[in-house]
Amino acid sequence: MTSDAGSTALSVSTLRAGFGAAEILKGINLNIRSQQVTAIIGPSGCGKSTFIRTLNRMHETSGEAWVKGTVMLDGQDIYAPEVDPVLLRRRVGMVFQKPNPFPSMSIRENVLAGLRLTHRLKADAADAVVEQALTRAALWGEVKDRLAAPGLSLSGGQQQRLCIARALAVEPSVLLMDEPCSALDPIATARIEDLIHVLRERYTIVIVTHSMQQAARVSNQTAFFLMGELVEVDETSRVFSSPKDPRTEDYITGRFG
Amino acid sequence: MLNRTPTHTDREFESELGHLRQRLLRMSGRVEQMINQSAKALVMGDVDLARATVLLDRAVNSDEMEIDELGMRLLARWQPMASDLRFIIFAFKIVTDLERIGDLAVNICERAIQLGNEAGVEPFNDIPEMAKGVAWMLSESIDAFVHADEGRARAVIERDDEIDDAYHRIFRAQVERMTVDHDHFDRCLAVQNVGKYLERMADHATNIAEQVIFLVRGQDVRHAGKRISNER
Amino acid sequence: MSPLFRHHRATGARMERVFSTICGLAVWIPLIILAVLLVVGLSEGVSRIGVDFLTSYPSRKWEEAGILPALVGSVCLLVLTGLIALPLGVGAAVYLEEYGQRGRFARFIELNIANLAGVPSVIYGLLGLGVFVRALGMGRSLLAGACTLALLVMPVVVIVTREALRTVPDAIREGALALGASRWQAIRQVVLPMAMPGILTGSILAMSRAIGETAPLVVVGALTYVTFLPDGIDAPFTALPIQIFNWVSRPQKGFLINAAAAILVLLVTLLSLNLSAILLRNRLQQRMQG
Repeated sequence: MTSDAGSTALSVSTLRAGFGAAEILKGINLNIRSQQVTAIIGPSGCGKSTFIRTLNRMHETSGEAWVKGTVMLDGQDIYAPEVDPVLLRRRVGMVFQKPNPFPSMSIRENVLAGLRLTHRLKADAADAVVEQALTRAALWGEVKDRLAAPGLSLSGGQQQRLCIARALAVEPSVLLMDEPCSALDPIATARIEDLIHVLRERYTIVIVTHSMQQAARVSNQTAFFLMGELVEVDETSRVFSSPKDPRTEDYITGRFG
Repeated sequence: MLNRTPTHTDREFESELGHLRQRLLRMSGRVEQMINQSAKALVMGDVDLARATVLLDRAVNSDEMEIDELGMRLLARWQPMASDLRFIIFAFKIVTDLERIGDLAVNICERAIQLGNEAGVEPFNDIPEMAKGVAWMLSESIDAFVHADEGRARAVIERDDEIDDAYHRIFRAQVERMTVDHDHFDRCLAVQNVGKYLERMADHATNIAEQVIFLVRGQDVRHAGKRISNER
Repeated sequence: MSPLFRHHRATGARMERVFSTICGLAVWIPLIILAVLLVVGLSEGVSRIGVDFLTSYPSRKWEEAGILPALVGSVCLLVLTGLIALPLGVGAAVYLEEYGQRGRFARFIELNIANLAGVPSVIYGLLGLGVFVRALGMGRSLLAGACTLALLVMPVVVIVTREALRTVPDAIREGALALGASRWQAIRQVVLPMAMPGILTGSILAMSRAIGETAPLVVVGALTYVTFLPDGIDAPFTALPIQIFNWVSRPQKGFLINAAAAILVLLVTLLSLNLSAILLRNRLQQRMQG
C-alpha cells in the first residue's frame, strides 16, 4: 500500500500542557492525518490522556489546567482567543474509557442528547438521526426494537457503542477515543475495533490505548509518548517491526528496564 | 542481539527466547559438524564415519521440530514485536536452511559409502577446499547472528561466487574424465553430485546470511535488484 | 492445617454478636419510643378527630374548637416556603457546586452554610421580625412567615442539593461537555435531572422540618387565636404548632385532648410528607436504572 500523503486533520505544534506547576506535555509536534487512525501509546503517566484531551479543549475544564502552543484544525488554531471551545467540541467528538450513557435518558434520547443539549435538533429529523447514528455505530440491529429502554440497560460493549453513536450524531469530523475498550471484554473489544475500521472511512480517529496489540491492529500511524515527549511516530507496521528509537524498541518488546 | 540490557520484564519470556537461541546454536553446530565429517568421510573413504554422520541427521531433524514448536509457542503466548518478532521469524527461516544442509550432508555420506574404501583413487580436486569454504560460510553467518554483525554476513554472501566457481571446475573436470574413463562413469557422476551438494549447501548458508541482515537491520535484502515495483 | 470449625473463632464471634446486638438495639429502641408516643397520642386524641374538628375554628369551648385556620395556615406556609426556598436553595447550590472554584473561599462558604443549618430557629424568627416584618414592611403576614421559614430551610436545601449534585459522576458532566454543550446546558439537561431524586427527597425532608417549627413563627407574629382564614399572602395567619402550643397552655383538660388530636394530625402530615419523599425518590431512581 502506498503511503497516504493525504491531508492533515489536526496539526499540533510545540504543545505544552499541565496542571498548575506540573508540566505534563513538554513540547509535542504531531500531524494527525485525516481519515486515518492514529494510535497513541506509552506507559502510564506519559501524558497520552492529557494530550488527547488538549485536542478538544477538554483538558482545560479541570482546575488549574493550562495549555501553550497551537493545534490547527482546518487551518485555524483552536486555542486562539476568539475560538469557542463549546463549538469546537461539536467538531471534535470524544468517547471515554468507561462508557457513560446518560442514566436519566433512554437509548433514543441518549443518541439525540448531543443535538438536544445544544438546541440543534429538528423534531422531524430525529428518527432519521437516531437510525443513522446507531447504524454507523453498529448498534442499530440490536436496539431498534427497544429505543425507549434506558441507556443503562445495555451491556458494557453496547453502552460504549451507544456513546459512539451519541458522539457521531453531532457529526464531528474528528473522533477522539480515550482507551475505549479498557472496560470491555474481548468480544466487545473486537466489535469496537471492527467498527473503527469502518469509521475510519468517514472520520479522523485518534485513539489512546495501553494495549500495544490493539494499537497494532487498529491504527495506520502510531505515536509513542514517553514522559511527556513524543519519542517516535511512524507507520504502524514500521513502528512494531523495526522502530527507529531504542526507547520505542524497549517499550514495544517489553524491556521496561 | 537478545542478551542486551535491559532484559525483558517478563522473565519467562526472556528465558524462552534464550532457549530458542540456544537450540538454534546447537543445531547449527551439529550441521557444521556434519559438513566437515561428510567431506572427510568421502575423501578418506571412511565408510564408518559416513554412517555415523548419517545418524547425526536424526538429531538435526528433531532440533528442527523442537525449534518450530518453541517458536510457535512464543508467538502464540507473547505476540512478540519488533526485534523479538524478527528473531523468531529468523529462527523459523534458517531452521529450514539448516535442515536442508543436513540432508545434503547425508547425501554426501551416501556417495561416500557408494565409493567405498578406495581412498585416494578419486581425484577429489577442489572438494576438500569447497567443503572447508562451505563450513566457513555457515559458521561465519551464525557468528554474524550471535554478534549482530552485518559486515560478516555480507562477507559470507560474497563468498558464494567462489563456491559456484569451484563447482563449475569440478563439473568440467568430471565431464572430461567421463569422456575418457568409461569404466568409472558412475564414480565420476558421484563426485560431480558431491560438488553439486556442496554448492547447494553454500546457497543455503547464503540464505542464512541474508536473514541475519534482515534481523539486524529490519530490512529485507533478499532477491536484491530483482523486485519489480508495484507502484504505478 | 488450622481447623475450620465455628467454635474455633470463639472470641471473634462473641465480639461480633455483641456488636450486632448493640446495633440492633440502636434501631429498635427509638422505634419503640416513637411507637409509644404514637400510642399515647392516639389513645388520648383519636376520639377527637373528625370532620368537625378539622373544619371548625378555635373556640373558647374545647368541644367546639377546631384546627381549620391552623391547618390552612400550615399548608399555605408550606407551599409559600417551598416556592421561595427551593428555587433559591437549588440555584445557590448549583452555583456553588458547578461554577464555584475549589479554594479556601469555597471551603469557607461551605463551612458557614453548615453553621447556618445549625442555628437555633428562634434566631431566624428574630431575623425575620427585623427584616421582613419591620424593615421590608410586610407586617405580621403569611409572606413574612414564609420568608422566615424559607431562610431557615434554605441552608438545608443547599447542603442536600450539593450532596445530590456530588453523586452525579464527573464522567456524566464530561460526556455532556464533550458533545459540545455549554456548562449551563449540561447542568440543566443532564446533571440536574440525575440529581433530582436526591434534591427532591432532601427538600421534602427540609420542608417537613419547617412544618413543625414554632419559635420563629411566634416571634414573627403568628396569631394564637384566629377565627378567620388568611385571604392573601399579606394576611395574618396561624399554624398547627402554634395552635397546639396555645391549647397546651390552657388549663382545661379538654384542650389537652384537642392538642393531642392536633399533634396526631401534625404527625400524620409529617409522616405522609416523608413517605411521599421516599416514594418519589424510588420512582425516579427506578426510571433511571430500568
